Amino acid sequence: MEFFKIKRDIPFMRHALVFNLVSFLTFAAAVFFLFTRGLHLSVEFTGGTLMEVSYSQPADLGTVRNAIAKLGYQDVQVQNFGTARDVLIRMPAVKGVSSAQQSDQVMAALTAADATASLRRTEFVGPQVGDELAADGLKALAFVVVGIMIYLALRFEWKFAVAAIIANLHDVIIILGFFAFFQWEFSLPVLAAVLAVLGYSVNESVVIFDRIRENFRRYRKMNTVEIIDNAITSTISRTIITHGSTQLMVLSMLLFGGATLHYFALALTIGILFGIYSSVFVAAAIAMWLGIRREDLVKGGGARKEDDPNDPNAGAVV
Amino acid sequence: MNRYPVWKYAIIVIALLVGLVYTLPNFFGEAPAVQVSAAKASQKVDNATLARVEEALKAAGLKADAISLEGGSIRARFASTDDQLKAKDAIQKVLVPDAADPGYVVALNLLSRSPAWLSSLHAAPMYLGLDLRGGVHFMLQVDMPAALTKRAESLAGDLRTVLREKNIRHGGISRNGQSIELRFRDVATRDAARRVLADQFAELDAVETQDGTDYKLTASLKPQAARTVQDQALKQNITTLHNRINELGVAEPVIQQQGLDRIVVQLPGVQDTAKAKDILGRTATLELRMVDESAEGRAAETGTGPVPFGAERYPDRSGQAVIVKKQVILTGENLTDAQPGFDGQTQEPTVNLTLDAKGSRIFKDITRENVGKRMAIILFEKGKGEVVTAPVIRTEIGGGRVQISGRMTTVEANDTALLLRAGSLAAPMEIIEERTIGPSLGAENIAKGFNSVTWGFVAVAVFMCVYYMLFGVFSSIALAVNLLLLVAVLSMLQATLTLPGMAAMALVLGMAIDANVLINERVREELRNGASPQAAIHTGYDRAWATIIDSNVTTLIAGLALLAFGSGPVRGFAVVHCLGILTSMFSAVFFSRGLVNLWYGRQKKLKSVSIGTVWRPDGDAAAKAE
Repeated sequence: MEFFKIKRDIPFMRHALVFNLVSFLTFAAAVFFLFTRGLHLSVEFTGGTLMEVSYSQPADLGTVRNAIAKLGYQDVQVQNFGTARDVLIRMPAVKGVSSAQQSDQVMAALTAADATASLRRTEFVGPQVGDELAADGLKALAFVVVGIMIYLALRFEWKFAVAAIIANLHDVIIILGFFAFFQWEFSLPVLAAVLAVLGYSVNESVVIFDRIRENFRRYRKMNTVEIIDNAITSTISRTIITHGSTQLMVLSMLLFGGATLHYFALALTIGILFGIYSSVFVAAAIAMWLGIRREDLVKGGGARKEDDPNDPNAGAVV
Repeated sequence: MNRYPVWKYAIIVIALLVGLVYTLPNFFGEAPAVQVSAAKASQKVDNATLARVEEALKAAGLKADAISLEGGSIRARFASTDDQLKAKDAIQKVLVPDAADPGYVVALNLLSRSPAWLSSLHAAPMYLGLDLRGGVHFMLQVDMPAALTKRAESLAGDLRTVLREKNIRHGGISRNGQSIELRFRDVATRDAARRVLADQFAELDAVETQDGTDYKLTASLKPQAARTVQDQALKQNITTLHNRINELGVAEPVIQQQGLDRIVVQLPGVQDTAKAKDILGRTATLELRMVDESAEGRAAETGTGPVPFGAERYPDRSGQAVIVKKQVILTGENLTDAQPGFDGQTQEPTVNLTLDAKGSRIFKDITRENVGKRMAIILFEKGKGEVVTAPVIRTEIGGGRVQISGRMTTVEANDTALLLRAGSLAAPMEIIEERTIGPSLGAENIAKGFNSVTWGFVAVAVFMCVYYMLFGVFSSIALAVNLLLLVAVLSMLQATLTLPGMAAMALVLGMAIDANVLINERVREELRNGASPQAAIHTGYDRAWATIIDSNVTTLIAGLALLAFGSGPVRGFAVVHCLGILTSMFSAVFFSRGLVNLWYGRQKKLKSVSIGTVWRPDGDAAAKAE
C-alpha cells in the first residue's frame, strides 16, 4: 500500500505567504480568545474543592444544586461527569471553613437529599498550591523552549532553532486558544499533554530541516526555495504516517480513557493536527524568511564531503 | 551485511528474558491479605509473633495460602475476601486484646499472587498510585513561623534565667515576633549581657540599638539555627504522624517530606477521610508527675488495694500499673528535646532530655527534694495516659539537662526518646491538598487505562502490518517488546503507576512507532532509487538512526521538564514518558533490526523484501517489491 504517489515536488513555498497568513490569523484568534475568555482552570490551579458523587439513578442536577445552595456556598458548579449518574461538584475555597468540613457538609447534605449518593472522589487544593503549580507550569514551558532551542542551535543553526520554536509555540497557543474558546477544563494532565506535544512536534520540523541540509549538500544547483520544496515533499509521507499512528493511540484514549483522560486526549489531538500543519507549512517558511543559505549549513562547502560517514554535519535523511 | 554477531542476539535474548521475568508478576493479580505490623516503636514483630498469628489462624480453622515475615511485618494471603475478613478478626482477637491500646496494627491489604521464585528475584508488580487503587492523599503544610516563635519564646525564658544567675540587671526581656528584645540601663550591663549571649547562646545573633535612654539588644536566631529548628520540627511532625497513622490500621502508609516545610501522607485503601483527618490533626500532651510511693500507693500498684486519694492509676508500656500523684510538675511545653545517648562513665544507654529555663528551675527544686523517689513521664493521647518511663531520681538535677538511665537497651533508649519527642507536634500543620479516590473508581481507572493502551496498540499494529507487510509485522513485534520492557522497567523501579502514567504509556507507544515508520519509509525510498534489497535495509536503518536520535532528544527534553517541574499526576506522566522513550530506542531500532537480520540477513541473493508497495514516480514501472 502507498498513500503518497507524488510525481513532482510540490511548490509549497510559493504559497508560503498564504500559509503564514493562515497561521497568523489562527494564532491571533487564539490569543484573542485567551485574553477575552481566559482559560477555564481546574481546581488544581485555582484552589478549591472538587467532589465526584455517584448516584444509583441518573442524578437531578437541580436537586444537587439546591442542596448545596442551602449550605450557603457561592459559585458552586455542578455538572455531569462521564455518565448521567455521576456528578462533579466544584467549589471555590472558602476562608474559615477547612476542606474537611466543606466536603463533609456537602456530602451530608447530599445523602440527606438522596440516600444513594456515594462519594467517589474528592480533591481539595489550597490556594497557595495552585499558584505554585501555575508558576511551575510556566517554568516547565520555559525549560522546554530553551532546551529545544539550544539543542537545535547546536545541531543545526540558530535560524532553524528560531523557526522551529516559533512554529511549535504557535501550536501551543492554538491548543490554549481552543481550550479558551470552548471553555474546556485546563488541568494538570492537559498541561502535560501540551508540553509533550511541544517536544513531539518539534521533531517533525527536525526531520524536514535534516532533509533541507542534506539537499543543500546534494543538489548544488537548486535554489533555497526548490530545496525546501523537495525536502517537504520527500518527507511528507513519513510525517503524516507517524502523526497518524500517534493519533490512532490518542483516539483510543479519547474513546476508552473516560472522562478523566478526555481533555488530555483532546489537547493531544489538536496538538498533533496542528503539529503537522505547522511543521510542514510554517517552520520551513519561517526559516526561509529568516534567510537560510547553503553557507550556513554546509561548512567548507566541499562536494567531496557528501558521502563522508564521519562528517559531523551529516544529518539524517529520511 | 545484514547480520548481527552472536553477542547482539544474546543481548536481545537477555533483555527479553529479564523483561518477561519482571513483567510476569503483573499478570498474577492480587489476592486479599492480612498484614500485621507494630503499632508502637517498642513493639517488635518477629518469629514469635509469626507463631502466634499461625496459631490464631489454626484455632479459627483458617488456612492461609502463604504467610511470611518480611521487613518487620507479617503478611498472610488468603483465597477469598471472606477468609481475609475472618482471619483479620481472629488475629485481632489474639494480638490486640485491648482495642483501646493496640500493640499491633492488623490491616487488610492486597498482595501479589506471584509465586515465591518471582518474589525471591525481587520481581514485584507495578506499584499502583492512589488513583488506581483508591485511597486518601493529603499534603500538609507545617507552620514554620510558629515553630520559630516557639523556639524564640523558650530562648527568651532561658535568657532570663541565665542573666539572673549571672546577676546582670536587665530592664526587661520580651519576644517580638521571632526575635528577642533585651533592655538595659547602661552600656556596661549590655556589654556583659552580650558576652553571656556569645558564650552560652550560640544560636543567637545580637544587634545593639539605642532607644532614648534605653540600651537595647535585639537577638534573633542565626539562619543556620533557624534551619535546624525547622528541620527538627518537620522530622518530629513526621514521626508523630507515623505513630498516629499506625492506629488507623493502614497496610502501607506513605509519609514523606516534600520540600522544606511540607509533608505528604498517602493512605491507600482508606475511605473514611473524616477519621483520617481527625487523627492527623490530633494533639498529644506530655506530663511529668511524681509516683505515689506511700504504702497505699504501693498496695494499689500491686493490685491489692484501692488507688489512694489524690493519685491516679496509669498503665506503663508493658501494661503494668503505676500509681502517680495528680499534681503535675511539668508538661511537654517545657521539654525542648529528647535524644538517645550513652552515659559517659558506665557506657549505659540513656535518654537525654533538655528542658527550657522554667522547666529546669522547677525540675531542680523537685529533684532536690525527692532524691531516691520515682518520677513518671506520662503521654496523653485522646485523653488516655500511658507511662512512658518512671525512673528513680538519683541526685539533684540542675541546668535543665536530664539523663534517664538504667536497665535500658539501646533500642529501648531510642524508642523512649522517640516517644517523648513524638508525643506532640512541633508545629501546627494545615491540610493544603487533599484527594480521595473510591476503590470502585480506582478499578474503573485501571480498566480505562488498560483499554486505551490495548486498543491503541491493536489499531497501530494492524495499520503497520497492512501498510508495510512483513516489515510492519516486525515493527509491531518491536512495539510489543517496547511495552514489555517499559512495564518491566516500571516494575523493577517500583515507580508509581497512575492514570496519567497509563496515558503516557499509550502516547509513548504512538510515538515509538515513529522510529519504525522512519526506517520503513527510508528502506522503501532506497528501493525506489534502485538499491538492492540488502543494501536498502542496511542504508535504511543506518540513515534513520540520526533522525530517530534527534526526535527522541527533543521529546526527552519535554519529558525531563515535566519531571523537574511537575508534581503529582504530571510527574507520574513524566516518569513513564521518559522511560518509554528510552526503551523505544532499544526496541524500535536495535531489536527490530535483529528481527530483520534474522529473517533476511542470511539470504545472499535476496530478490525482494516484503515492505508493501514501492511506488516509482516514473509511472508504469510501479513495481511491487515483494
